[in-house]
Amino acid sequence: MKHEITLNVNGDSYSLAVNPWRTLNEVLREDLNLTGTKLGCGSGDCGACTVIVDNHSVSSCLTLAAEMDQKEIMTIEGLAPSGEELHPIQESFVEKGAIQCGFCTPGMELSAYNLISHNRNPSEVEIRESLSGNLCRCTGYNKIVEAIADSARKMKPKRKKDK
Amino acid sequence: MALSHFEFYTPTSVEEAVALLEAKGDNAFIMAGGTDLLIKRRHQIIHPKVVVSLKNIQGLNRISFSQKKGLFIGATALLADACKHRSIKKFYPAIAKAASNTANVQIRNMGTIVGNLCNASPAADNAPTLLALDAELNIHGPNGKRSLLLEDFFVGPGLTALQPSEIVTAVVVPAPRPDSGAAYLHLSARGKIDCSAANAGVFLHLKNKKIDKARLFIGACGPTPMRMRKAEKKLTGSKLTEKLAHQAGQLASRESKPISDLRADEDYRLKMVTVLAKRAIKEAYQLAIANN
Repeated sequence: MKHEITLNVNGDSYSLAVNPWRTLNEVLREDLNLTGTKLGCGSGDCGACTVIVDNHSVSSCLTLAAEMDQKEIMTIEGLAPSGEELHPIQESFVEKGAIQCGFCTPGMELSAYNLISHNRNPSEVEIRESLSGNLCRCTGYNKIVEAIADSARKMKPKRKKDK
Repeated sequence: MALSHFEFYTPTSVEEAVALLEAKGDNAFIMAGGTDLLIKRRHQIIHPKVVVSLKNIQGLNRISFSQKKGLFIGATALLADACKHRSIKKFYPAIAKAASNTANVQIRNMGTIVGNLCNASPAADNAPTLLALDAELNIHGPNGKRSLLLEDFFVGPGLTALQPSEIVTAVVVPAPRPDSGAAYLHLSARGKIDCSAANAGVFLHLKNKKIDKARLFIGACGPTPMRMRKAEKKLTGSKLTEKLAHQAGQLASRESKPISDLRADEDYRLKMVTVLAKRAIKEAYQLAIANN
């Protein structure tokens, strides 16, 4: 029996009937054509499939779509505020050379988003720990860590100087 | 062979979940976070025909603490929730540490402490500490409720004392005692994310700075997390010294029964049990001294 669900993805609402064994990853990529979310290992190790559900990062390959009814989901397509400008995290990834082949990048950036939205001022150790579930085989991670530190600085709310 | 297709149920009460398991029989599986179940399905270790999610049962994700009753962690409480829970961090730091050492950020946002126990991996990060702390499980089944010491729960790799159609609804930890301390240490090839090659959970209670009660459990070095009774006996009745901690560690190493696998060799594990046990004992002792 198919399950009727409503997904709120990047601010858009989708009503779908899904077979219960289909993962959120499959539904995002195949039904909604949001292929920015990648599928790597399919076992929750590599983090290429990371998405944000109700403000927390999860592996979409280990999430059943049937359980996502009414949830707020953000994929990499929803990170930039408009189709025109990059999000500060994306900007920093470009500026710091944190992208090589790019396959891990959507997951990396959403893990960075998850970190910064819960911790405005992360230390290097906290940044590295926040990436424990994201594998990158190209960069050696240092540039990614630099990019996240850089974007956290950019995203810090500016202090009001004089009233 | 194709991956199994399954029916999916989201009961809203424990009774309903138990009734579903009874009605659907052997091919029905309970799911909390799904981070073990869906991997096993993908690797074709299991072929579920029915999956019963516990997520829609209200209150089952509760974590609560009182000085009298101790700590209650419901079956769908996330690992991430346990890591940051104030009372767990304050009164049971070893439980918080074990939870935060489990897997990675995404898995901790999905997986549960109770699920980690029910998966019954000999290397389960959350087992040794909870065992050392005398935790109990609340179990619901066709014949009603029962509670079971966690120590009597693990039967073998992936095997538990759960009867058909039974569900673990919570793990309950006794109230914190003054003059006591617990510690958790683990070792793995990469330090994070991967499964422990060896881990140690210890609880010590002191009387006049002498160890009055010791419980030491070693994980990933036997078919289940193992209680190290000889080491416990050695510790009991004495003040802790460097030498005593080392001797207890050696006894634990002798009692453990590791295998060689991709995570570590048997020899290495035996050596590391001595080190982990010794360090965990020392850490728990310091905490117990500070905690009077």
